[in-house]
Amino acid sequence: MAVKLEIPTALRQFAGKQATVEFNAATVGDALKQLTGTYADLRRHLYTDDGRIRSFVNIYLNDEDIRYLQKEQTPTKDGDTISIVPSIAGGARI
Amino acid sequence: MLVINSEIAQTIRDFGARDYPNETCGAMLGVDGGDGREVRALFPLTNRRDDSPRNRFSITADDFRAAEREAKQQGLELIGWYHSHPDHPARPSEYDREHAWPWYSYVIVSVAAGKPTDMTSWQLSDDRAAFQPEDIAWAVPPGAIK
Repeated sequence: MAVKLEIPTALRQFAGKQATVEFNAATVGDALKQLTGTYADLRRHLYTDDGRIRSFVNIYLNDEDIRYLQKEQTPTKDGDTISIVPSIAGGARI
Repeated sequence: MLVINSEIAQTIRDFGARDYPNETCGAMLGVDGGDGREVRALFPLTNRRDDSPRNRFSITADDFRAAEREAKQQGLELIGWYHSHPDHPARPSEYDREHAWPWYSYVIVSVAAGKPTDMTSWQLSDDRAAFQPEDIAWAVPPGAIK
């Protein structure tokens, strides 16, 4: 099933400067795996060293946050759009 | 190189003072020319870290999308983020680095005892190992020179 993946501006430099890429994937996790398999430099920005999606990386299937679906196991269907949406965090060391 | 005019820089400082002792935060909208970028407008956002607003800030995915929409409406790009470090130097913390995205400019203003002081800008290295300082070019606001 062909799904479209939207890459945020901050990460496009690691994805051949593309705003969107398409993969045949059965789940959200499968699509992300193909994305980071194709563009290996993306991996460190999306995943922690132990392979979990970073806390400030939000993955949406169409308009739903996958945390409220079946996370990376969320099934996809033809024509779905997966979006990587940043949240921004930081602060002084105290 | 990040170009910020004095009016916008003062606004960031004012937000830092206004929100002291909490951290202020928001988006910077502007143009990115490859070699350098210029801040043209700010999009202030609410610090969502209710539990620890004095030493943390958080901008949600919804706020991120709102900032992107605003940039698009103004014909600009979302080029970075500003936040304050109350009673702490204008240097990125380890927490800043761990949570940072590449490409964006991260402007930090130090606010000491309620008074804004240093302002710096930083970019995350591509390997996430460190923040690199980004030179700031201080410009005059449009229309200031007659």
